[in-house]
Amino acid sequence: MSATLPRTPRRIGAARRLEPYAYVAPTAALMIVLMLVPIAMVIGYSFLDNVILNKDPEVVGLDNYIEVITDPVFGTAIANTLVFVTASVAAHLLIGLAFAMMLNSRLLGPRVLAAFRGIFILPWLFTAAIVAVLWRMLLSPNGVVNYLLGALGFGDGTTEWLSDPGLALGSVTFINIWSGYPFFMISLLAGLQGIPADLYEAAKVDGAGPIQRFWNVTIPQLKPIIISMALLDFIWTSQQFALIWMTTGGGPIVATEMLSTYTYKLAFAKYEFALASTSAVLILLLSMVLAVLYVRHQRARD
Amino acid sequence: MSRSTRGRRTALTAVGAMTAAAAVLMTAGCSADSGDADGDVTIEFAQWWEPELPEGALRSIMDDFEAANPGITVELISGPYASTKEQLFAGAASGTMPDVVGLDGAWVSDFAKQGAIADLTSLMNEQGMDDSKLASQIQIDGATYMIPVVNFVYPLFVNTDLLSEAGIDQVPSTRTEFETAAKAITDLGSGASGWVLPLSLEAPNGIQNDVMSWNWASGGSMLTDSGQPDVTNADVASTVEYVKSLWDDGVIAAGSFTMKEQDKVEEFTNGRVGMMIDSLSHINLIQENNPDLNFDIAAIPAEDGYDGSRGIPYASWGIGVADGSDHQAEALKLVEYLMSADVNSELSTIANAFPGNVDSTPEFGDGKELFEKAFEIYQSGYPANEFTGLPVSEELMRQFDTELQKYLSGDESVDEMLSTVQDSWTAEF
Repeated sequence: MSATLPRTPRRIGAARRLEPYAYVAPTAALMIVLMLVPIAMVIGYSFLDNVILNKDPEVVGLDNYIEVITDPVFGTAIANTLVFVTASVAAHLLIGLAFAMMLNSRLLGPRVLAAFRGIFILPWLFTAAIVAVLWRMLLSPNGVVNYLLGALGFGDGTTEWLSDPGLALGSVTFINIWSGYPFFMISLLAGLQGIPADLYEAAKVDGAGPIQRFWNVTIPQLKPIIISMALLDFIWTSQQFALIWMTTGGGPIVATEMLSTYTYKLAFAKYEFALASTSAVLILLLSMVLAVLYVRHQRARD
Repeated sequence: MSRSTRGRRTALTAVGAMTAAAAVLMTAGCSADSGDADGDVTIEFAQWWEPELPEGALRSIMDDFEAANPGITVELISGPYASTKEQLFAGAASGTMPDVVGLDGAWVSDFAKQGAIADLTSLMNEQGMDDSKLASQIQIDGATYMIPVVNFVYPLFVNTDLLSEAGIDQVPSTRTEFETAAKAITDLGSGASGWVLPLSLEAPNGIQNDVMSWNWASGGSMLTDSGQPDVTNADVASTVEYVKSLWDDGVIAAGSFTMKEQDKVEEFTNGRVGMMIDSLSHINLIQENNPDLNFDIAAIPAEDGYDGSRGIPYASWGIGVADGSDHQAEALKLVEYLMSADVNSELSTIANAFPGNVDSTPEFGDGKELFEKAFEIYQSGYPANEFTGLPVSEELMRQFDTELQKYLSGDESVDEMLSTVQDSWTAEF
């Protein structure tokens, strides 16, 4: 007979209940230290007067929020970001879908398709710094783009694509579209390849033409991917900083000022870390709307 | 106890220990004391100079310092200018600045206010360092925070081939002569422009080097005697009006609003612009990239009829000591060493710069004719850079730059431009 006393059921029950928490503890600790603490600190900073530079900051309530929201440049930054993001996401989707359908075509041989797949995916392989340097050179007034346009008889070959306040926003949006469409293309191509062929065959038997098959088979089948990708791209593109900063620095004047460059300048040019935190909190709130939409969409799918 | 329960307990203990270790590692700063039991001290020296000097040059100076000061080891933390700047600002905010720091005059005011860099006046007094041979000291409220180690001047660079092709036989010395020469070069029809003006908002130092330099060259100022903003004065107005007249003449290379300093140098190196104002430190770069380019340097043109001494813009490799350093005495020894006559001469020679010690002289010789000429220009005028030591000076340049872009685009008048800048600068001060 064993001399060990059996443990009470209550203690065993408590240990069992705590066990799952212990397993998630490392991840939870990482999330708390790397995400929750910084977010809480930034939110806290947004209610203080100039933190970091000021050794004894005081609570100023909503003053920072009023200052940022009433700054006309902040309004311009919101408008520019909206134009930049909406145009980028729409173009990423259209170009990505067109190229994905081309790569999914049976009209071309496997080698040709492999070659095109390699070429189409190239822009996605470059980091933002390379993309910025590349397009700064291409779009320079003495660059290749102006030379080609001039040689073909379009314009006088002296267009200032990035330096003209009227063209700069369009130019950086174009660069962002160029560098981002392959991600859509790859995801949509995977989606296209997963559509059962019998759906198309059934549609054909029912007398559907190519356009009807596209609208009634392809698009409904890709819809979950399209919505997820569009929401994610919306969030990512609204955070685009490096490309804008390295091509135009938010200029000329404020033509390409985005929420990201606006916040960066507050923090690292003006050293107004409290105002920068305020701007960051406002961006967080705007991003959260999109994040909530994304999560709800994912939940609905599940 | 069953094997599975024991196993689960062990797993729980391990997980708990890992969590605790991770939390401790992540939350605790790694504050290692760089002194060891023998009394040997390692000091960190963060700067952007090493990549800009010939390979191994700065390390060799550090080796000499270590040989002369047994017990002190110098660890160089080197990176390009922009990343050094970001590192130092992050270090200043978190109180982890390296012991000795390379400084730009534009950062001094902010670091000093933050209490990130040490008051060198009292440190020099404590340690008995003689400062009588220092050519200049950057002070905030009467205390020195930065010592310029070497200075780079920004003269006018002229493409002599383009100039003579345009029928101009003399390097311009006045604003009218400059405008005439710039027009003549642009009118050649070769695609070359007369002048180049980088106004990128990402790096707005074009305001200091390429715009305000015209003001300083004619003895003008953008500050009051007490150091407050005074950009609405007649000298600054005449400077921006002059830049606008060059803009309207169409003699400025296209792409100004997003052009950076390196683009400017590239345009000049490739013979696409006739004249630029640039750092002397780029002479080697230009000669290496285009050995066939014939160019000369001169003082920046002054207003017609001005015969006073000409201010010439400069940038410094400055040095300072971290306020939080545990080894300030050793750090100051390194500063003293770099500022000593011989070492300063050596550093200024290899950097193509002018010394920060009044007794030092850079070596001239074959292939250094332009350098020698620049030294004459430097000595006949005075170093001028009113942005040095100003609060958030880069932001001041950016505000000026944004308004200048509006003025050049015709969106506002010169008076509107300057009064907007005056208001925004006053707010920053």
